[in-house]
Amino acid sequence: MKLPMSWLSDFTDITGVTPKEYADRMTMTGSKVEGVENLGADIDKVVVGKVLSCEDHPDSDHLHVCMVDVGESEPLQIVCGAPNVAAGQKVPVALHGSTLPGGIKIKKSKMRGVVSNGMICSHEEMGIEPSRLGYEPEYGILVLPEDAEIGSDVKKLFGLDENVVEFEITSNRPDCFSIIGLARETAVSFDKPFAIPEISFNENDEDVNDYVKVEIEDKDKCKRYCARVVKNVKIGPSPKWMRERLEACGVRAINNIVDITNYVLLEYGQPMHAFDIRDIAGRSITVRRAADGEVIKTLDDQDRTLVNDDLVISDAEKAVAIAGVMGGFNSEIKDDTETVVFESATFNGSSVRRTAQRVGLRTEASSRYEKGLDYHNTVPAIERACQLVEMLGCGEVVSGIIDKMGNVEGEIKLAFRPEKINEFLGTNVSTDEMVKILTSLEVKVDMDTMTLVPPSFRPDLAAEADIAEEIARFYGYDIIPTTLLRGETTMGAKTPEQKTQDEISEILNSQGMYEIYTYAFQSPAMMDKLNIPADSPLRDQVRISNPLGEDTSVMRTTMAGSMLEVLARNYNYRNKECKMFEIGKRYIKTEKGSLPDEPATLMLGMYGNVDFYDLKGVCEEMFERLHIENVEYEAVNDDPTYHPGRCAAVKVNNKVIGVMGEVHPSVMRNFDMGARTYMGEFDFDSIFRATGMNVKYTPLTKFPAVTRDFSIVIDKMTPVASIEKVMKKAAGKLLSSIALSDVYTGSQIPDGKKSVMYKVEFKAPDRSLTGEEADNLHKKIVKALGSELNAELR
Amino acid sequence: MKEQLEQIKNSVEAELSAAESMETLEAIRIKYMGKKGELTAVLKGMGKLSKEERPVIGALANEIRQNLEKEIEEKKAVILAAEEEKKLSEEVIDITMPGKRTKEGKLHPLTQVMNQLKDIFLGMGFSIAEGPEVEYDYYNFEALNIPKDHPARDTQDTFYIEDNIVLRTQTSPMQVRVMEKQKPPIRVIAPGKVFRSDTVDATHSPVFHQIEGLVVDKGVTMADLKGTLEMFVKSLYGKSTQVRFRPHHFPFTEPSAEMDISCFNCGGKGCSMCKGEGWVEILGCGMVHPKVLENCGIDPEEYSGFAFGIGLERVAMGKYDINDLRLFFENDLRFLKQF
Repeated sequence: MKLPMSWLSDFTDITGVTPKEYADRMTMTGSKVEGVENLGADIDKVVVGKVLSCEDHPDSDHLHVCMVDVGESEPLQIVCGAPNVAAGQKVPVALHGSTLPGGIKIKKSKMRGVVSNGMICSHEEMGIEPSRLGYEPEYGILVLPEDAEIGSDVKKLFGLDENVVEFEITSNRPDCFSIIGLARETAVSFDKPFAIPEISFNENDEDVNDYVKVEIEDKDKCKRYCARVVKNVKIGPSPKWMRERLEACGVRAINNIVDITNYVLLEYGQPMHAFDIRDIAGRSITVRRAADGEVIKTLDDQDRTLVNDDLVISDAEKAVAIAGVMGGFNSEIKDDTETVVFESATFNGSSVRRTAQRVGLRTEASSRYEKGLDYHNTVPAIERACQLVEMLGCGEVVSGIIDKMGNVEGEIKLAFRPEKINEFLGTNVSTDEMVKILTSLEVKVDMDTMTLVPPSFRPDLAAEADIAEEIARFYGYDIIPTTLLRGETTMGAKTPEQKTQDEISEILNSQGMYEIYTYAFQSPAMMDKLNIPADSPLRDQVRISNPLGEDTSVMRTTMAGSMLEVLARNYNYRNKECKMFEIGKRYIKTEKGSLPDEPATLMLGMYGNVDFYDLKGVCEEMFERLHIENVEYEAVNDDPTYHPGRCAAVKVNNKVIGVMGEVHPSVMRNFDMGARTYMGEFDFDSIFRATGMNVKYTPLTKFPAVTRDFSIVIDKMTPVASIEKVMKKAAGKLLSSIALSDVYTGSQIPDGKKSVMYKVEFKAPDRSLTGEEADNLHKKIVKALGSELNAELR
Repeated sequence: MKEQLEQIKNSVEAELSAAESMETLEAIRIKYMGKKGELTAVLKGMGKLSKEERPVIGALANEIRQNLEKEIEEKKAVILAAEEEKKLSEEVIDITMPGKRTKEGKLHPLTQVMNQLKDIFLGMGFSIAEGPEVEYDYYNFEALNIPKDHPARDTQDTFYIEDNIVLRTQTSPMQVRVMEKQKPPIRVIAPGKVFRSDTVDATHSPVFHQIEGLVVDKGVTMADLKGTLEMFVKSLYGKSTQVRFRPHHFPFTEPSAEMDISCFNCGGKGCSMCKGEGWVEILGCGMVHPKVLENCGIDPEEYSGFAFGIGLERVAMGKYDINDLRLFFENDLRFLKQF
């Protein structure tokens, strides 16, 4: 909402307050100032001059040499190229050292040998729109009115000596979408008197009821409808002061009648509409619901199809306006309009909002209506419009007002409990001060019954907390003391899940992994890029009904795509090596109408100087540090996202908790990824549940371990995990560790076989093992490997 | 024999003073005191001496031997010290060369800032709650006093899944979820992802993070709100940080406020970062609206509370001087390594 500061003076007086002081104070009382614009800031040293003489330039066929009186002791010689310049004119003169919009500086210069001490300006050079002038000026320099004062600043002449304050108005304050509302807030903020001037005008002796009839059909959607008629209308431009105020508020001046409705909209916050009575069939206005499929062409020349929930203003035959949103094309004010019907009505806010959204029109009117307007305001607004008609001399007001009521809310009464308010705010504001603040806000205070009646234009004052806010605002948020929390103490702690997440992050950091943040939504095509089969449940994704675009239209069911995108991006940024992780969410559909499951998920990914075993090492380190035992890796050859020979399901206690491996080359191509990439995806909850909570100390044994090294030759495809399983079983409890030292295939090993070398350690908790015992255990192992896996000692 | 001993004594002294290495020193020791050493030979010949001569020469020989041992030891220490000094001087390294490091990864800057905020609130007795990102309209809007067709919905362009299910536009639904489950006293923060249908640019993202805070108890006042948040900001940005509370409007708090802090760039003088105002908006807050308390089955006559919402990205951007929101979600390693 824009407020030209000069407009305030119609209602209150803040003389001497600078724009900066004004903005600061208003912001601190709750009317947030977004900025203050000085309208003429980019025009400097441009004054009214009188052309005393105008002669042709001796060396040019189009330039003129003018002597111009700018109120200085001597007239200035100025060269001017405009065809319309002539002696006797009053003109805008940019003096030596002046500034024009666009940062243009005007300096004394010579034009074809003749000295020019400035420039006579066109309206365009000064950045002035024809609508501000009220007419389309002729080509060339701008000729000013005869009575313009020589030497005076032209900004004053065009209303550019104005500071316009832009407010951010919150949705709870429809009253502040008006000059009057802001003036009221201003007056209370600066502790100044506030008054709306009395409205009066003359009416002729005809009866409005002879001109038009009004009926409200839907009394819930229309709370009040007022109409007045103005005849003998003379359409023309509105006066300078009105145009300037409209322009300052960002509203284009059109013609006197339309300008009056816009002026009242700005001043009173009450949307108005003006119909040409010739276009109201049967001269009857009905406020009714639209028929489903009813079409209306709005002022902007667009056909709008309506539904039964929409409210329209209708004549005897057709809709002439969408109530509270926009007028109809068929009944707008024309140059030859003679009789006008003014409408000033209150419609249901939610209904206007729904309609405006449905037809895709957000207007000055609808944005006010949807916040809930005061039905008491319709009459003053329409009266003000008639007063302006009289002031502008553009018509004759027909006697009487049509005022139809729909269903309206009653007054709100609130208990006034000053001590409770102080208790709530933590303040000690005196009751007198509270009464003073509330009274200045036009809240009625009854000290006998200790009740409050908020003014009808403040629908936001509906509970005690709302009253407390009014007190706090004007008492001063900054004066409210600062205290610390008291009362029963509470334990501040993270949950075990939160702690485990932190721990995982810490472990992964220590393994060189960087944390990333990715979007939760992605393209449905991500499923194809990851080779997810057509019948996979992962494809049954939660879909956003109004996404920004297809690329962000579904919630992810796997985090693999997010990780691969980030890795590929880094690869393309020429980052040589990346190890990354994210703890995030996947979104799994449940039944319609219910929220999806959001399993927390750990995603790992890496490329660079790494292979499968680097990723596996990270996992092993993580599981060990989380005290997760019984982890098994089982080869998986049918996960289409992964390399069929380099993928593992990770199991804890025989339950799969995740998958890891090298990314399938075709998936890599889909992501434009040029380096072998390894990733793993784990269910966080499964990890969390497997975490060893009760770690117990195992006494350090005093008895030394005995080690034995040996190599076996075994079928190439036998996984080492199988070998180790057999070893453990064969050696029993005395086997304290197995370390794989080498795997070898090559010249000395038969085809289809591999050599595997182990260092095993035997230990007893209560004694030193003898060499003989160790040898026997070793023999047992070798024997078992031979019989169960067909392995031979090398 | 006496002359012989005197001669040994003299030559030992000369040889010892000339010795510069442990090897020479050892050679000297062997030359005189070894099995076939000169002094040893003298001592061996003692038996041939007369009864009278024996103690005199014996004492002299012992004295020479003891001196010799002592001097060798002393010389040894000198030589060792010299050798060590020489070795150390040869081992000089360029200490300005880079150190060898274990390559560790780092937490995302948003997590680092989040952890800092969590620590501050944990210290004030807050616990941490988490909740769904895909949320019922009821929790995201209606229970927060934002009915359907309420204009306040405009400021939060919402992604819809179904008519009554949205991607949460704020962490505030956690206020309701917490109050439904837990009775006062409540002190909780709820950090998390939120979603708004904003097109991506330097200052907008369809996904960002908030930290919601909620305190409900008997006798909680607006002065407590101010005190708590002021303490939070001072522990985050330093004791000299100035704060101000401006009236604002949120449908689920009343009175509502926005909290500004003195600009971290210019310290309040006014600069391009704070648009010349000297203040930077840091969070929204207010006293929990009585209707919201009622919606959660808490009697507003008995209890009161305050709530606040902090934009994590905004805090991180201010802290690290980051001017483009997109960097957080691009995850360029060169960016992630800086924090």
